[in-house]
Amino acid sequence: MELATQALGGNRYALARLISLVEDDGAEARAALTALYPRTGQAHIVGVTGAPGTGKSTLVNQLAQSLRERDQTVGIVAVDPSSPFTGGAMLGDRVRMRDLAGDPGVFIRSMATRGNLGGLARATRDVVKVLDAVGFAVVLVETVGAGQSEVEIARTAHTTVVVEAPGLGDEMQALKAGLMEIADVLVVNKADRPGAANTARALEMVLDRSAPRPNLSSGDGETRQLWEPPILQTVALDGSGVPQVLDAVAAHREHLRASGLWSELERERVREELLSLLQQELLRRTVARVGEEQVQAWTAQIAARQVDVYTAVHEILGE
Amino acid sequence: MSERFRILIAKPGLDGHDRGAKVIARALRDAGMEVIYAGLRQTPEMIVEAALQEDVDGVGLSILSGAHMTLIPRVVHGLREAGLEHVKLFVGGIIPDEDVPALEALGVSGIFGPGASTEVITEFVRQRLAGS
Repeated sequence: MELATQALGGNRYALARLISLVEDDGAEARAALTALYPRTGQAHIVGVTGAPGTGKSTLVNQLAQSLRERDQTVGIVAVDPSSPFTGGAMLGDRVRMRDLAGDPGVFIRSMATRGNLGGLARATRDVVKVLDAVGFAVVLVETVGAGQSEVEIARTAHTTVVVEAPGLGDEMQALKAGLMEIADVLVVNKADRPGAANTARALEMVLDRSAPRPNLSSGDGETRQLWEPPILQTVALDGSGVPQVLDAVAAHREHLRASGLWSELERERVREELLSLLQQELLRRTVARVGEEQVQAWTAQIAARQVDVYTAVHEILGE
Repeated sequence: MSERFRILIAKPGLDGHDRGAKVIARALRDAGMEVIYAGLRQTPEMIVEAALQEDVDGVGLSILSGAHMTLIPRVVHGLREAGLEHVKLFVGGIIPDEDVPALEALGVSGIFGPGASTEVITEFVRQRLAGS
């Protein structure tokens, strides 16, 4: 608990230690998160996602600099994949963020996915909570280089920025479900390269067809002003177009606030988190109650076709 | 399950040859470590800041420029001032034999020159990080 108090007092090493604890999970981390939880809910959580090599880290570097010019403090969580074979990871996002060195208003933390799919680490959400609680105004979350279905970020961030670059695929790629659907702000980075305008046009065409977004439709029949994701062009290497991205991100936050979606999304997020934790905990308890031997016995029977998996589940749960 | 070590790999100073740093970073990754790669042209202050934010167990520096007797003491002192005296420091590159005792006296845990195999380096680093 002492770490949490020190981190709240501005001790950056205590903050770093606390994040490690949360990453490794355990009783101490949970106690700290319990203590910090009432202080969360203040930061604007902004996700930055996109395919590998589109320039996510470079854009995050620029976004953070622009935010600092606007006097906002920035926490950054940069996620890269762990090897499924060795568990090792190469966390290389800091290479693009050297401009942020030495600024006490910025805190950068690299995270390995540690086996989690979906573009984030299992603990990313809790690490974001820690940065939120200690008072960073904006928390930028950079996902792993995402393919088409790494959309977990949309359930973690208030605003999701999807980064594209020219030459990565035709309209067909953009028409597929997934990444495109979670974009609140679309960025065509490397806009100084040939084909940027074509990429922007393809995205424009696709967006017309993907609205309205199903996860945002209100159940009470009310009509609500719909957010139309802007498509912006940037050259993250020199910072062109970055202030416009930040304006769009801020506008999206205002939209969420004004429309009441902010608290609605918050409830959705909390519900999902609650159910997923319940699921983990119930599974853990059930396996503990039944015993590993029983689980193995059931496994053998199912594999031998003596019983089917549905029947086994019913029996195990005593139904 | 063994502990998941985190190590920062950085190149302080101005020489631009990062092949060695990348090879070592990759070898440590393959040894199951989480490697935070900071890359070229890092100042000692940047290295200390990154080590602190990332809460690493070790820092590996690659120096080919001959400036090691200037840069390494600044990193060592910076780590100490930041309360990171527990962080193990490793150095690779062109380090003349006569400088080795001074660096070891500063608390550098391991010094590797050209020809050191990645197997030897990763095993050494792993043992030192495990506290032996």
